[in-house]
Amino acid sequence: METIAAALRDAGRMMLALDPALVEIVLLSLRVSLTAVLVATLVGLPLGAAIAVRRFPGRRAVVIVLNALMGLPPVVVGLVVYLLLSRSGPLGELGLLFTPGAMIIAQAILITPIIAALARQAVEDAWREYQEQLRSLGARPAQSALTLLWDTKFSLVTTVLAGFGRAAAEVGAVMIVGGNIDGVTRVMTTAIALETSKGDLPLALGLGVVLVTIVLALNAAAYLVKETAQRRYG
Amino acid sequence: MRAPTSLLPLTLERVCFEAGGRRIIDDVSLTLERGARTVILGPNGAGKSVLLRLCHGLLAPTSGRIAWSARERTTGGRAQAMVFQRPVMLRRSALANVAYGLKVAGVGATERDARARAALERVGLTHLAARPARVLSGGEQQRLALARAWTLNPEVLFLDEPTANLDPGATHEIEAAIQAIHAGGTKIVMVTHNLGQARRIADEILFLHNGRIAERASAVRFFTAPGCPEAAAFLKGELLW
Repeated sequence: METIAAALRDAGRMMLALDPALVEIVLLSLRVSLTAVLVATLVGLPLGAAIAVRRFPGRRAVVIVLNALMGLPPVVVGLVVYLLLSRSGPLGELGLLFTPGAMIIAQAILITPIIAALARQAVEDAWREYQEQLRSLGARPAQSALTLLWDTKFSLVTTVLAGFGRAAAEVGAVMIVGGNIDGVTRVMTTAIALETSKGDLPLALGLGVVLVTIVLALNAAAYLVKETAQRRYG
Repeated sequence: MRAPTSLLPLTLERVCFEAGGRRIIDDVSLTLERGARTVILGPNGAGKSVLLRLCHGLLAPTSGRIAWSARERTTGGRAQAMVFQRPVMLRRSALANVAYGLKVAGVGATERDARARAALERVGLTHLAARPARVLSGGEQQRLALARAWTLNPEVLFLDEPTANLDPGATHEIEAAIQAIHAGGTKIVMVTHNLGQARRIADEILFLHNGRIAERASAVRFFTAPGCPEAAAFLKGELLW
């Protein structure tokens, strides 16, 4: 109990003093995860919307696989990306292994199915309501998909944030493809894992508090945005 | 605005529609001409809404043929529109909802805005133009749906019980708009089970029973001397199934 209290005190001091090591790790984490979310959103939202409004052979199988991919184990994604990017791998020439770029790729692969699957659900629910009206007006599937994405945008904020939460919190994938190199690829989660095993609890705890605070603040903001929007737009 | 060749008459030949092993529309053949306001009457489950959706192309017949006399234009929006029992409003302003239909029809942004405003004016919703459409009352939303259809200048307007959920005041406003749309040259095809409304609006009645057309007659004739026992019973308010 005593150690935890002391560690928390030290963690608080580091955060208040904006300890450079801590700030650097936090910034890299945000850069990696936000970029991965951006990529996953650009791919996942149109993909989810397209699956929602189109009827094609094998659609059920696609939906089931997509939903299942939401549970992709980060270490497995890390392993696959590692094999692809390693020097002897098919993409080895890019020289991305153990760089933030590799971490972005791994996290984007990890969360694209999450964003696509949740978007598919939200858009499909709206599609059920709008379908006849949109078809009556003569909207084509692509146009309908865009309209539905726009109309469900407040739900999709939550979807994107679910992706961000997953990216920012995972440790397996970035550990494998990033290598947890100090000052280069060390992010919050890998740092926490390392510092904990080294026994440097204040830094680990400080990072843990920052991580939880970020995820909490973003989700609170998303909830409020959605609630306000629902009240105003119905 | 109108396509040079008329879509009407619309011809249905031996049209059947089945869903879940049940035959909902059973061997219907009919021709819908320009001009007359056609009201489709019949008890619940007679297949009225399904018939309307088949005509509008939202459902495909299981067998039989549905043909317009001209090919529907593929650009510049559809020449037919539909207003549903429950209006479907997008999460945007009333004005933007009307403009959306024009956008789908390929109308440019400036013209879109002007036409959408004019349509709101015609249904008396100008003061609510900037309000989010989904927070409007049921009657206002249905007038908005009418404006959205009206501004497309459809040659045919299908209406599926547009006043079923509305109070008398709102119903009156909707009916006035429907009459004005008819006066503008649009063919009206409407489903209702409100007999008073059918009397006020119909030139001719299509009476549907168990998925078949039990009777087709001018409104005057239908209401004074219905030609089949089911219609007579329906007019007397007896339960049909």
